[in-house]
Amino acid sequence: MMDLRELYQDIILDHGRHPRNFYAMERPSHLAHGHNPLCGDKITIYLKLEGDRIVDVSFEGRGCAISTASASLMTEILKGRTVAEAEALFKRFHAEVTGEEVPEVPAALAEDSERLEPLTGVKAYPARVKCATLAWHALEAAIKGGGLGTTVKTE
Amino acid sequence: MSSGAPLRSAPAAGFDPRRIRRDFPIFERNPGLVFLDTAASAQKPAAVIDGVAEFYRTDYANVHRGVYRLSAASTARYEDARERVRRFLNAAEASEIVFVRGATEALNLVAYSWGGAFLKPDDEIVLSELEHHSNIVPWQLLRDRIGFKIVVAPIDATGGLDLREFEKRLSPRTKLVSITHVANGTGHIVPVETVIRLAHAKGAKVMLDGCQAVPRMPVDVRALDVDFYVFSGHKVYGPSGIGALYAKRAILEAMPPWQGGGDMILTVTFEKTTFQAPPSRFEAGTPDISGAVGLGEALDYVEGLGREAIRDHEEALTGYCVDKLARLPGVHVVGAGQRRLGVVSFTVDGIHPHDLATILDSHKVAVRAGHHCAQPLMERLGVHATTRASFGIYNDEADVDALAAAVKAALEMFRR
Repeated sequence: MMDLRELYQDIILDHGRHPRNFYAMERPSHLAHGHNPLCGDKITIYLKLEGDRIVDVSFEGRGCAISTASASLMTEILKGRTVAEAEALFKRFHAEVTGEEVPEVPAALAEDSERLEPLTGVKAYPARVKCATLAWHALEAAIKGGGLGTTVKTE
Repeated sequence: MSSGAPLRSAPAAGFDPRRIRRDFPIFERNPGLVFLDTAASAQKPAAVIDGVAEFYRTDYANVHRGVYRLSAASTARYEDARERVRRFLNAAEASEIVFVRGATEALNLVAYSWGGAFLKPDDEIVLSELEHHSNIVPWQLLRDRIGFKIVVAPIDATGGLDLREFEKRLSPRTKLVSITHVANGTGHIVPVETVIRLAHAKGAKVMLDGCQAVPRMPVDVRALDVDFYVFSGHKVYGPSGIGALYAKRAILEAMPPWQGGGDMILTVTFEKTTFQAPPSRFEAGTPDISGAVGLGEALDYVEGLGREAIRDHEEALTGYCVDKLARLPGVHVVGAGQRRLGVVSFTVDGIHPHDLATILDSHKVAVRAGHHCAQPLMERLGVHATTRASFGIYNDEADVDALAAAVKAALEMFRR
């Protein structure tokens, strides 16, 4: 087992305690609920899309430090990104935490991808991978659901 | 409404968890393991592990079928296990014991068979807020089919069953009270003697979910005069995949089959099938034969330690844990006051139970984090999830000390 400090880095604890973009958006164009039945954690992702660009993203809910920090970091990096860019970032992040082959991301996304690096410590804790990916799964459901009120479960 | 003596502060004399631990190979293979998740599933003593292996080596064949010697031997072992369960619960007859996969299957069996046959749309059943999902969902499935009313008895401020409110929920329409004996989410002991007396006075039957009680205290179904009693083998140091349903003989005899197949029939034609008497009527198909044998070994092992000694041990350890955790800043034990047994649920300010469990795991302390399959209870207690430490016969105060030290380390890590 790796050192726990690598899992609970300062940035994770900070975002876990003080999540950014943590509010219910007034008029989202897209919305989805994420639910981890294992722990009962719930999250709602709010999106405002203009064309295929994410002009605003926020979340609310309850969760552990990992899932809250993951959602918080996600909302920070996705503002202004396109749907395709968000998908590429998720694909890479998902591969990193599940130990699959990690796809390259375009150079323009390299910095964003690096900001997710502190979360990739969960790959040493299989039971916690779902915590780190819950927000992203909800985001994907919000986009693919094409509107308001999709629910995605991690199991 | 506490129905018994206060928690003892000293462990039972002569009961030695250190020595008992040597009977459990898992601790030898996992040095330093602090296992505090027995409420989810207990570890297995060598008597069970070896007993199952030895049975497969010596006496195994299908049961109730072959005329050959080996099948008769296997059947004898299977039925001997049933007799051990009877003895363990002090049932009147072995035929009142039905082998099932576990408490979940037993609850589903009773809902489907007894409930399906005897519950009518205007009837009511009473559950409590302490219940595990397995004592909620089967009733909802049945209610959606036939339309009776599920009435929920609340907990009081201490987190135990509110007996006064419970009594108010009973009416002449109440046909069944199905309630836990010891709550898996908080460890609260339900005063089942009173529950049964009140329910019977209204003509209702009572089913007890004994999953957390059976491993921790003496249970006598005849003294209780309970109608149904269910438990899982894996929580009482037996194999997973086996459990038992006790029901009074007259009730079992009136119940229709729930699953059809071999072993539960007398005669089969395409026009009409006639069924076996209980318990065979409810054991369609080849049962978990070795599981039953292993369960029998487990019950004998537990009986050998003495269930009153086990109860004293678990009461003492539970009290010790509550005291120890309550002294840590920001730690809140869920529920208070009443007698609790073997389970301590708690929350820590600023640390989600899943984060806490991960940190505890890095200290080799295994606990459960989450809603403990009791979401309505968690909702009622105003917590989304808790961290739960639960005890077994192999735990001692050093395990609780390790838990407290690990919680302290987590507090330091999260407050840095």
